[in-house]
Amino acid sequence: MATLTYLQAISAALRDELRADERVLLMGEDIGTFGGAFKVTDGFIEEFGPDRVMDTPLAESAIIGTAVGAAVVGMRPVCEMQFADFISCGFDQLVNVAGKMYYRQGLAVPITVRLPSGGGFSGGPFHSQNPEAWFMHAPGIKVVAPSTAEDAKGLLHTAIHDPNPVCFMEHKHLYRRIRGEVPDGIYETPLKARVARAGTDLVVIAYGAMVHTALEATADLDGASVEVLDLRSLVPLDEEAILDSVARCSKVVIVDEANATCAAGAQVAALIAERGFEDLDGPIVRVATPDVPIPFSPPLEQAVLPSVERVREACRELLEY
Amino acid sequence: MATDTAEPVAGAADASAHLTLEDRIELLRAMLMMRGIEAKAMSLYRQGKIPGSFYDGYGQEAVSAGAAFAMAPEDRLCILHRDLAAHLIRGVAPARIFAQYMGRATGVTRGREGNVHFGDWRLGCVGMVSMLPDMMLVATGMAMAFKLRGEQRCALTWFGDGSTSRGDFHEAMNWAGVQRLPVIFVLENNQYAYSTPLDKQFAVDPVARAAAYGFLGVTVDGNDVEAVFEATRQARERALAGEGPTLIEAVTMRMHGHAAHDDMKYVPKAMVEEWRKRDPIERQERRLRELGVAVESLREGIMAEIEAAAEEALRAPMPDPASATEGVFCEGEAEPLGDGRAPWSGFAEPGAVGRAL
Repeated sequence: MATLTYLQAISAALRDELRADERVLLMGEDIGTFGGAFKVTDGFIEEFGPDRVMDTPLAESAIIGTAVGAAVVGMRPVCEMQFADFISCGFDQLVNVAGKMYYRQGLAVPITVRLPSGGGFSGGPFHSQNPEAWFMHAPGIKVVAPSTAEDAKGLLHTAIHDPNPVCFMEHKHLYRRIRGEVPDGIYETPLKARVARAGTDLVVIAYGAMVHTALEATADLDGASVEVLDLRSLVPLDEEAILDSVARCSKVVIVDEANATCAAGAQVAALIAERGFEDLDGPIVRVATPDVPIPFSPPLEQAVLPSVERVREACRELLEY
Repeated sequence: MATDTAEPVAGAADASAHLTLEDRIELLRAMLMMRGIEAKAMSLYRQGKIPGSFYDGYGQEAVSAGAAFAMAPEDRLCILHRDLAAHLIRGVAPARIFAQYMGRATGVTRGREGNVHFGDWRLGCVGMVSMLPDMMLVATGMAMAFKLRGEQRCALTWFGDGSTSRGDFHEAMNWAGVQRLPVIFVLENNQYAYSTPLDKQFAVDPVARAAAYGFLGVTVDGNDVEAVFEATRQARERALAGEGPTLIEAVTMRMHGHAAHDDMKYVPKAMVEEWRKRDPIERQERRLRELGVAVESLREGIMAEIEAAAEEALRAPMPDPASATEGVFCEGEAEPLGDGRAPWSGFAEPGAVGRAL
């Protein structure tokens, strides 16, 4: 065990995989000599060389497309989008080529796409997005979103070992803010939800950075027993864990940092409405970013991203329902 | 069309140095099989026995036959929709192709996909997606892996004149040039992208652009199967020698509409008539007749094979509707592409596979 930041845990997973499996190859913009925009691969090129820590041309479609080609001839590419936002330029290769390949042709595409996502530090409209729902809507792509250092490492191992395309949503705001005990060596975190805090009066369902917002918002909520469920995986979605929490708590608040419409939380709400209705003791409440681009200026950004206060207020209102 | 700046393929007009008589017959056979299967399929489509729409490659048979014939078992191919001969050369049985068109359970994609949207991964082939030319990047990635692993292998993909307008064309050409990858890009210039002619597609001929990406672009008569073979054989030699990618512009003509519904009235009649004189199959037949090959009996044998294959496909079951939601994700190990059939005699020589020559 070692105490690592969320970012160090991601680096450790990549380093372990490169050492353990010669098929693993890292591809991305500025990840080699520079060590990555966020320094996730700092020092890697010295140990693994420029072929396996590949500085690619600035071309996201090409990064995904060539990764698909390398994967189907036996490699295990791990692509870094410098910012999750830039995946829009690689969307077609991911959604149409990688995501549909196995269903159409029976050919597995084992690629991992790392997507540094999320806002909270004045990144503006093109460095702050949470695009996970785009890929939840596209068949054939798994989507994971760790909230802790331990899960960041374990889910990245799981993603790299998975025979399918996996979007690994790593939240930039957690990179150096979150640290925790991380097991040594390679281990797989299952694509299942995790009870971050057990409770009985209300459950807050969240993933990624919003897990921490939810924990802070409900740490002391007038003595209420509040559960926090960390989804960890969005595709597959751990439906049984969600319904179990709903059955136990009867009141649900769902938090997304993403724009509200058709977000991951909307799918969770639909699931509960369809299959957990009888267990509900109040309306399903959602807290999410309104449907606006993420603004740059701190007061504007803070006005749209779900805050500890907004989540606390939503929980308080629902508890009183 | 070909430009002054592109280099012609040396020796393309007389490729017999690298082709045995059996090879030359095999090339004709692949083209006849492609044309026959597609003609039969068009007829089945008109009878309502093939759903969706139907696309063929009438007049372009030499491009896929010639290029695929130069590829070794361990090479990998990303095949476009007017390139049926490539599938045949790699070893896909005609009955599976008819079943594919009909959406049957025994088709190459088990009813998941239609038309020529297939590739038998066990034979080293990946089927296209409709967003063109996405597969240029996939082929580039295959070549990247080959180079990283130090393997003597090559990737090849076909794409059309229209798709050179899209960004993935640039991204693939650039990436392949920067990394000097063993990839062959076969630009199938068939004069029209659906209804859009070349002069509305680009200001600079794509083959001339190869130099801008740092590698060789060559133009070849896309209606001469042996010339296409020779251009590809040379490109493969260069790729395996570490000399990087080649863009081959195979100049041809799409003699049918974009799909079954298209009467191609936007194409001048004189242009069609002119190209009809350059039919790739008639050309190869003439060559072989002069060498004493019994072309007619070859043709008859192929037509009988095609009829039997169509009958077999018509008897095959449709897929089980309950299976429609199955197989979105791979549950087991990811298996990489397998090796395909490679009938060129050059690969049968001792030690030939994996070498340039």
